[in-house]
Amino acid sequence: MADLSTIIHNIKLKNPVLTASGTFGYGVEFDDFFNVNLLGGFIVKGTTIHPRQGNPYPRMAETSSGMLNAVGLQNNGAHYFATEIYPKLTKYETNVLVNVSGSTIEEYIACAEIINELDHIAGIELNISCPNVKEGGMAFGTSCPSAAAVVSAVKKVYNKTMIVKLSPNVTDISEIAKAAEGAGADSLSLINTILGMAINAETRKPLLSTITGGLSGPAVKPIALRMVWQVAQAVKIPIIGLGGIMNATDAIEFFLAGASAIQVGTANFIDPLATVKIIDGIDNYLNRHKISSISELIGCLHL
Amino acid sequence: MQMRKSVQNLKVIANFQLNDDHHLLQLHVPDQLEKIVPGQFANILVDQSQSIFLRRPFSIHTVDYQNNIISILIKEVGGGTRSLSHVPVDSFLNVIFPLGNGFSIPSSKETVLLVGGGCGVAPLLHLAQVLSSEDNDVNILLGARSSVDLVELEQYAIHGKVFTTTEDGSHGEKGFVTDHTIFGAKLDSFSKIYCCGPEPMMKAVASKAKAKSIWCEVSLENTMACGFGVCLCCVTETIQGHKCVCTDGPVFNINQMKWQI
Repeated sequence: MADLSTIIHNIKLKNPVLTASGTFGYGVEFDDFFNVNLLGGFIVKGTTIHPRQGNPYPRMAETSSGMLNAVGLQNNGAHYFATEIYPKLTKYETNVLVNVSGSTIEEYIACAEIINELDHIAGIELNISCPNVKEGGMAFGTSCPSAAAVVSAVKKVYNKTMIVKLSPNVTDISEIAKAAEGAGADSLSLINTILGMAINAETRKPLLSTITGGLSGPAVKPIALRMVWQVAQAVKIPIIGLGGIMNATDAIEFFLAGASAIQVGTANFIDPLATVKIIDGIDNYLNRHKISSISELIGCLHL
Repeated sequence: MQMRKSVQNLKVIANFQLNDDHHLLQLHVPDQLEKIVPGQFANILVDQSQSIFLRRPFSIHTVDYQNNIISILIKEVGGGTRSLSHVPVDSFLNVIFPLGNGFSIPSSKETVLLVGGGCGVAPLLHLAQVLSSEDNDVNILLGARSSVDLVELEQYAIHGKVFTTTEDGSHGEKGFVTDHTIFGAKLDSFSKIYCCGPEPMMKAVASKAKAKSIWCEVSLENTMACGFGVCLCCVTETIQGHKCVCTDGPVFNINQMKWQI
């Protein structure tokens, strides 16, 4: 058995497999399927200070090797999370992180302050990259000054590990990555979904109520890999790679590109057991290649 | 005890072609089946090809607890359903089930009306079976374009009195399902209406039920990615805000809906 453990700032993961926010609910939805404690950790869905109804239906369109979504951060707000959901999460013996989003810097701060009081939450993932909200969200993650402003503001009120989730919808993701690192990010996760669109030619209508939405799934993996590679060259903080990871081979490719851990997203919809299969598959890969630790793979692309 | 959801590989033990575009798949479940509520559904992995990337949800059509078999009624409407319709016997399908809430079953004997149209008839056979086994007076109204589209009428007849409409008049009363004379004076005799079909049809039935203050449940079908409440893609508007069709539904009481009826 190889050593699958990895470290993201102050968070020790027993294996490098996390789940992507918005694809794993609050974890409890998967209790019927498998022992969630087998994961390195999981990231609960995007939480905002105020409850959000999200976007109107239809919110999803299947596309070639992927899907578009336009959920729009539907959630019951940080207070509801802290009082109604959090008590159900303290049973887990793995790392639980919360994805935090907002429309203004003040909203990010207020939400992070509430999560900061929850002992069992190992860290937050600051979502400056949601493409499906009208205000805030991705707007913070597409310019260096605004990314730095929200990251440094939340850093002042949040005491544990802060991962910053980056948007791929930018000209140069390494510049945003450096700005986030400079402002105090402890780790970066990338990529969020890529802005996309789908049209029904027969009805001449868009397939999403919001016209555009976020593309995920295997279709985005080459872009995600490229961006993880570029960001790994640009920053020193650990990177969590995600984007179209369906199996262990996909995950290994992200480690080689420079990710210290990975998140499984859309694959959870298709196979709720995808994460545990990926953990097993990573172990098999390491044994087959006689590699004793996952750390020997991270960023070790042969050029 | 109600069955908990799981991911299972189920063997296809029969694939009956019922007409040009309807197939009935019988799937064998390895472990002893526990209680599945009528209206619950299964999310089936088709082939994970480039164009059929996501699972496809289907109502559980019948449940055979003795032989551990569930059946799925499939109408070919696109690539996913076409592929599943032609799945060979003895192959395996990866299925997540049972999902969703299911219809409410009355605690006392009642006179009930089941209304189905198009591929919306799929959950009604299991519902009719359970309702009749609890000694309810079961009446089933099924609508289709033409008589060839009305499948398994003899199966429904085992569990209740069957009424039909066809748009071309080739079987039963001519017209849409909501044009049937059962919606006239006789409607008052029903204490519950269960409905599944295209949304305009369900709204029309809901409107008739509401006008007579008859309890009515409808089963919705929205496109979904996961089927178990994590993607939040399949929401419908209710008086309590957005609710997931996959976990809060697919069955909703019409009083919960924000329909203009």
